[in-house]
Amino acid sequence: MTREELDAIGEKELAASQQVKHRLNVCLAAGCMSLQSDAVLASLQKNIKERGLEHECHVKGVGCLGLCKAGPLVAVEPNGVMYQHVTANEANEILEALDAEPLAQLALEPALPFFNRQTKISLENSGVIDPERIEEYIAQGGYAALAQVLNELTPAQVVEQVTRSGLRGRGGAGYPTGLKWSTVVKAQGAQTRESVQKYVICNADEGDPGAFMDRSMLESDPHRILEGMAIAAYAVGANQGYIYVRAEYPLAIKRLKIAIRQAERAGVLGSAIFASPFNFHVELRMGAGAFVCGEETALIASIEGGRGLPRIRPPYPAEYGLWGKPTLINNVETYALVPSIIRNGSEWFANIGTEKSKGTKVFALAGAVQNTGLVEVPMGITLREIIFDIGGGIPDGKKFKAVQTGGPSGGCVPKQFLDKAVDYETLTQLGTIMGSGGMIVMDETSCMVDVARYFMEFCMTESCGKCVPCRVGTVQMYNLLTKITQGEATLDDLALLEELCDLVRNTSLCGLGQAAPNPVLSTLRYFREEYVAHIQDKKCPAGVCKL
Amino acid sequence: MRSEKISPPSEDKRWKIVDTTMRRKGYVPSALIEALHSTQEAFGYLDESALRYISASLRVPPSKVYGVATFYHFFTLRPQGKHTCVVCTGTACYIKGASALLQTLDKNFDIKPGETTSDGEISVLTARCLGSCSLAPAAVFDGHVAGNLEPQTLMEQIARLKE
Repeated sequence: MTREELDAIGEKELAASQQVKHRLNVCLAAGCMSLQSDAVLASLQKNIKERGLEHECHVKGVGCLGLCKAGPLVAVEPNGVMYQHVTANEANEILEALDAEPLAQLALEPALPFFNRQTKISLENSGVIDPERIEEYIAQGGYAALAQVLNELTPAQVVEQVTRSGLRGRGGAGYPTGLKWSTVVKAQGAQTRESVQKYVICNADEGDPGAFMDRSMLESDPHRILEGMAIAAYAVGANQGYIYVRAEYPLAIKRLKIAIRQAERAGVLGSAIFASPFNFHVELRMGAGAFVCGEETALIASIEGGRGLPRIRPPYPAEYGLWGKPTLINNVETYALVPSIIRNGSEWFANIGTEKSKGTKVFALAGAVQNTGLVEVPMGITLREIIFDIGGGIPDGKKFKAVQTGGPSGGCVPKQFLDKAVDYETLTQLGTIMGSGGMIVMDETSCMVDVARYFMEFCMTESCGKCVPCRVGTVQMYNLLTKITQGEATLDDLALLEELCDLVRNTSLCGLGQAAPNPVLSTLRYFREEYVAHIQDKKCPAGVCKL
Repeated sequence: MRSEKISPPSEDKRWKIVDTTMRRKGYVPSALIEALHSTQEAFGYLDESALRYISASLRVPPSKVYGVATFYHFFTLRPQGKHTCVVCTGTACYIKGASALLQTLDKNFDIKPGETTSDGEISVLTARCLGSCSLAPAAVFDGHVAGNLEPQTLMEQIARLKE
């Protein structure tokens, strides 16, 4: 593959798609799939064939269209109509309406804030391309960034670009990506020889309950992740990559496998990429349902075939990682942003977002919110804009109570802070974290003590058992929280709970234990009166706990 | 490379799938998790003979094989029922009533997560998060995801499984 050949594939694909008069995109991501969108696709294909419309109407399966609650979704291009809750029986009507007015009973309102308030970078191809065809990714400018990097830039220049863009890790902690990359560049591992074996790992072990950004990206645009990883590998000097993906995501695994095969066949992955001396092979590794494996050292232990136990850092994986070699680990979304940064330049990316949090962030909106689904917004947007403008507010006339971010490591933000900006620092100040992007909205029917107990139960069962504070502390905290929700606790128990939070947070070995008290601490900070009501009045204000 | 040939625990053809997985990885000890995945996919669960066979093939001590197989929630050492119902207990599903679904199953079949009905028909499992949060509460019936469940629709789905 050369740059010219790449361009030719893209142009051919674009020309072919522009020849047809109508293009129908049926969402085949997991959400719509579970509502039988594959039957909708089959029915549309059958009807098109029967009507002999093959030359003017093209239908294909695409990745996530975002508004999961309205699935199965069908987008009609180029006139920009989107149909919701489509069933296989409606294929005929949709085809008949192609040259007429859109079907009023199925069409979503045009220009919904859900769509036009978003800024899509890592999701730009989601719902646009068929994720199982590399040609469509190339037609959208895919692999051009990799070609450009290999032909025009030195590895140091690539790291420089990423550093200048201000990109920070999207896995949750927000470590500056450029800094991480340059540490791996400099790392020599145990050896001092010139060519040190290095690895690149993509962390797709999306274990946070309530988060599905990575799943959707892998299902909708897998080549983007591969391209981002290849650029990173070139920059840090690695020739082998691993994607560690949850076994619970069969569709993502299937599409990644297809993507790797296609990319190798096309010569954009594997040996002598773009006819350069650069080699990069990618292997998939399946997780096996352990939340702690999202922690980087535990993930490495799991790839090595053992139990996913974390170890003390330093040394960091950048210096001592997979099989003791310097290893770069980034999250799915971080890699997904890299090709766009290279293509459009670091200044372009740095102009989006806030001073310290650049670019966009993908959030998975779920819980008590009208528009559940996947959204990508610029950093610095307020929580209110996400939940009420894009998310459409709280359904059934209920009141907003809190929004939970960061999963079991995060916290709840109450309504008085709805106008705060979403960036790494502000969320930390509010007692939660950016996290990987799960955003669970809760209304007045959620009991905050019960929510804290839910997350503690999660941390307790997911604790790997290696260090005492986490293994024993989470059990004790869970027991205390259970006692409170059963109305059997005293104020002394509450004091003990707070003491334990402090202890577990400061003495646990890895992030799982250190962050396990966060849901308790943040609900205590904003909803202390609910705890007290359970203890003193033996009442659950939300009516959830049976006292 | 290994010198002696280790034969599978039985004549079952499915061992060929497991063998292929291990051979492709050159029988390195780090292929342990992949070998377990492959075995569970072929047989539905991991029994003692399977663990011993993998242990011998990859030259990993039986204690480590057992340790890994029990560390990860995804692996199961007990055979599953003819049908499985995996109820998601992720945050979105939890606040939208996943526990009511589990109670319904307990009430109707007298089984808790991880158990199988006495006739071997249905196994109930829980998942940490299916990533189908927009369909909360959701469950997987024999590999097929269904969302927006209520106790009644849950029972209908199970009745459909048995058909």
